Amino acid sequence: MENQEMIDRLDEKITGLRQAAQDVMAICGSNEAVRRNIIKIMANIKMLELNISDIKDLAEVS
Amino acid sequence: MVHHVAPYWNPVLETLPRAKLRALQLKKFQRIFAWAYENSPFYRRLYQEAGLEPGDIKTFEDIRKVPQTDKGMLREVQSRPPFPYGDILAVPLAEVTAFRQTSGTTGMPVYQADTWQDWEWWAESWAYILYAQGYRNTDRVFMPFGYNIFVAFWAGHYGAEKLGCEVVPGGVLDTQARILKLQELKCTAFMATPTYVLGMADAARKMGIDPAKDLFIKRITCAGEPGASIVATKKRMEEAWGCRVFDHVGATEIGAWSYSCLHQQTDLHVNEAFFLVEIEDEKTGAIIEEPGIPGKMIITAFDRLGKPCIRFDSKDVICWSDVSCACGRTFRSIAGGVLGREDDITKVKGVLLAPTAIEDVVRSFAELSYEYEVVVTRKADIDDILLKVEINPGFEGQEERILSQLKDQLRVVTNLGYRVEVHPGGTLPRYGVKAKRFKDLRTKE
Repeated sequence: MENQEMIDRLDEKITGLRQAAQDVMAICGSNEAVRRNIIKIMANIKMLELNISDIKDLAEVS
Repeated sequence: MVHHVAPYWNPVLETLPRAKLRALQLKKFQRIFAWAYENSPFYRRLYQEAGLEPGDIKTFEDIRKVPQTDKGMLREVQSRPPFPYGDILAVPLAEVTAFRQTSGTTGMPVYQADTWQDWEWWAESWAYILYAQGYRNTDRVFMPFGYNIFVAFWAGHYGAEKLGCEVVPGGVLDTQARILKLQELKCTAFMATPTYVLGMADAARKMGIDPAKDLFIKRITCAGEPGASIVATKKRMEEAWGCRVFDHVGATEIGAWSYSCLHQQTDLHVNEAFFLVEIEDEKTGAIIEEPGIPGKMIITAFDRLGKPCIRFDSKDVICWSDVSCACGRTFRSIAGGVLGREDDITKVKGVLLAPTAIEDVVRSFAELSYEYEVVVTRKADIDDILLKVEINPGFEGQEERILSQLKDQLRVVTNLGYRVEVHPGGTLPRYGVKAKRFKDLRTKE
């Protein structure tokens, strides 16, 4: 297993990506070109969360 | 810079210690249960009737109290409004971006809705499979299947793209054209059902092309039928193509949940980070944790949100393997792939018979072609099994010996006696995609 420090750092960056995507969505108004592409980007961010972020809080499990 | 030197697509999840993996599974089950309860009228009704709500799921024991679903329930719900999925969706219909349906071999097809995120998840699940089987961004992957309403290898296509492979869609080409394209482009891999893998090899030889010598295939990934986890069928395919053949198991309503890796022959890993597989004793309903004991699979896809799949009774019969895989993945494996379907494994003459056992025997005979057919009938309360086979060219005049050995071997493996009919080469039905070689006609008489 990768070390916890790396997982924490990756999760921090993934959280930042999620926040940035949500920020863009919030200000894009009715611009479909932005909105639909952000939906695709958020689907990819979700895959990063499934691969990394989901185990962040399992550090204490042994 | 060299990428992808590790043997894992995601070492974080694939080598997660078992205690953490189980904790992750519980957490993810709680999440999908709450999602379905809060967003899908069908699931909320199901769970309310059982007296369950999200906070009630605290342990794996609690998970076992969650009502199962099956294909019949999915058919029933889609027969009611709103069109076309009923009230099972956990997202607004406007968020659905893909329609697929089951093949309908066991009844009315089930419609499957996926969101864009669900499709990304399909491709991600396939990325785990293909990376474990040695696919890399240097592969040119041919897809010889009809891109249509069946999910088949659609997600394999996108999974391969995700890995960086160069994907060649061979959709509307006929078999001969596909073989010529494989040759022309020097494709290194392809994906197909075992039936089609063997059929393509036959067709290539008739064109004067030896797949093992004249083509460039290094690996094949199978799905749709159990053949790549049946020793004799896998051997036939590997010899015909001169390459490794891998298996994968998935389903339209579930996702791509299982696969063989470079170190496995007939066992398959379960992607336990994305799916919860429970094996249930068909008689007692108890959950089987021990290896080697077959039972029916109850499966949950943790991350499929549009049309959730929670504790779905797939009718597949599987058992855990006791072999610890040398690949280092901590995901458990099932032994011998899917052993059969609950509705295929049947009693004949009072003996439990799995059609895959017959296939393993027939295809271990080099004297026989890969096609065969089994017809079970009942006459005057006595079951009769008719096995139809074809003898390969070059073995004419040896029929008596071959049939005698075949019957002996079948009796040893299945504890049953068979009538065997020899048919001229090429006359038994050839199947393009999924084959139906086992025909139990007893209920119709």
